[in-house]
Amino acid sequence: MNALAVIGRVVIRFLEHLGRVTFFTLTAVSHCVRPPIYPRLIGRQMINIGYYSLPVVGLTAIFSGMVLALQSYTGFARFNAESAIANVVVLSITRELGPVLAGLMVAGRIGASMAAEIGTMRVTEQIDALTTLSTNPYKYLIAPRLIAGLLMLPLLVLVADIIGVFGGYLVGVYKLGFNPSVYMSNTVDFLEPLDVISGLVKAAAFGFIIALMGCYHGFRSQGGAQGVGSATTNAVVSASILILTFNYIITELFFAV
Amino acid sequence: MSAPPKIHIENVCKSFGPKDVLTGIDLDVMQGESVVIIGGSGTGKSVLLKCILGILTADSGIIEVEGQDVNRLTANDRDDVNRKFGMLFQSAALFDSLPVWENVAFGLMQGRHMGRDEAKAKALETLGQVGLAKEVGELSPAELSGGMQKRVGLARAIAGSPEVVFFDEPTTGLDPIMADVINDLIITCVKDQGITALSITHDMASARKISDRIAMLHHGKLIWIGSAGDVDSSGNGFVDQFVNGRAEGPIKMELRR
Ligand SMILES: Nc1ncnc2c1ncn2[C@@H]1O[C@H](COP(=O)(O)OP(=O)(O)OP(=O)(O)O)[C@@H](O)[C@H]1O
Ligand SMILES: [Mg+2]
Repeated sequence: MNALAVIGRVVIRFLEHLGRVTFFTLTAVSHCVRPPIYPRLIGRQMINIGYYSLPVVGLTAIFSGMVLALQSYTGFARFNAESAIANVVVLSITRELGPVLAGLMVAGRIGASMAAEIGTMRVTEQIDALTTLSTNPYKYLIAPRLIAGLLMLPLLVLVADIIGVFGGYLVGVYKLGFNPSVYMSNTVDFLEPLDVISGLVKAAAFGFIIALMGCYHGFRSQGGAQGVGSATTNAVVSASILILTFNYIITELFFAV
Repeated sequence: MSAPPKIHIENVCKSFGPKDVLTGIDLDVMQGESVVIIGGSGTGKSVLLKCILGILTADSGIIEVEGQDVNRLTANDRDDVNRKFGMLFQSAALFDSLPVWENVAFGLMQGRHMGRDEAKAKALETLGQVGLAKEVGELSPAELSGGMQKRVGLARAIAGSPEVVFFDEPTTGLDPIMADVINDLIITCVKDQGITALSITHDMASARKISDRIAMLHHGKLIWIGSAGDVDSSGNGFVDQFVNGRAEGPIKMELRR
């Protein structure tokens, strides 16, 4: 009897949460597409997400590309398939590691800062003050972040793809002794547009998820510094989990194509 | 009956969980009138203002602005009603990402779409009215003292020439001279510009000076409403105790010894 009650409570909690997130998302999206929009605020967020995340994402990408080349050499050398390394590196980076690693890094960087900033605004009544100045907080705070996340992550991932492949190239050519032009042609020849496109679609989805979770948890935070702290944690954790979940879903969608 | 009251509140109740904060508030504020609400700390004065502004939703009761029931409004109409309001928050609630002058000009630029230069001029003029020099406009809110923040909040509340202004403790944290300057400013707003004012204060000197009528909130109800001149001869034990600031009387502070 008691166990049933506990299960029921958990399910109800979950559904309640799901409903809130859905409602929040729909409201926020509806404000993204209705005027007025704030180009200045969108621009600021785009710089914050895109430009300032470049170092983090670039470093992640180059080391991932490098380690990928090394590791696949270990494996492929065992059945004399070393020539496939360039191909493995570029496919793994563009389809999988580029978007996922960039997404997770940006979730830590941007998701956390969004939740902290909006959460602080919430607990210091700044969001209430916005409404009394006839400014809709969804429009002013949330929409610019969602739009910027959606647009900037694909750009970041494109850069990460290039840097990651370059990392693989460095290891392939200077450590494993591949011929540079052969390595390059192996990289390019077997790459299909869909490989890159599927990665960019993932990136756009991840950018949206990161901004959404940062805003959602920040917006709902309550109870001072501690509340902002847990909002930040929740934003990063939920964004990371959702990224991995949607990574699978989107991969499966493209798998059918 | 002539014009409806500017604000009509009828039997408004609000609780937080098991805690009943407001248990049936009735109050009419007429056009151009200045009403002050007094009452002990934590009795729900700020909550009442937030219910009128729509920041909190009352559990039951009617809140009408110029005869319009605000609970039945669509989001857009609600925004239009809020455009008539100005609010000084108890905590000032300044936007800490914006310089002081943009805080004051915020409602002008966002809500009323005024140009930046024009809005800045108006903001600096309003800052002058609350006794802050032009240079203060370029500082960020974090660089101001508590009393200065309060005055910036006041400037922000009145900069948009609202029809109704809510002041949550406008003179708290100010020296007696500056408090009197603010009192005069509020009187100017009400008498010269015909603004309707609903204020909260603990400062009886200020209450006597700025109000036409005084209402006392105690245990979730307005237990006394009368003209400012009658507050000393109200014949109400609660009001007498509060006005004279005596620890002994019908209001029992819930202290544990
Ligand atoms: N968001 C909230 N959640 C839960 N309880 C709240 C909330 N806001 C206010 N309260 C409770 O409502 C009561 C009234 O709060 P309110 O801020 O209106 O007091 P006040 O009359 O303005 O006091 P003060 O003069 O000290 O500012 C308090 O006891 C407070 O605990
Ligand atoms: Mg208060």
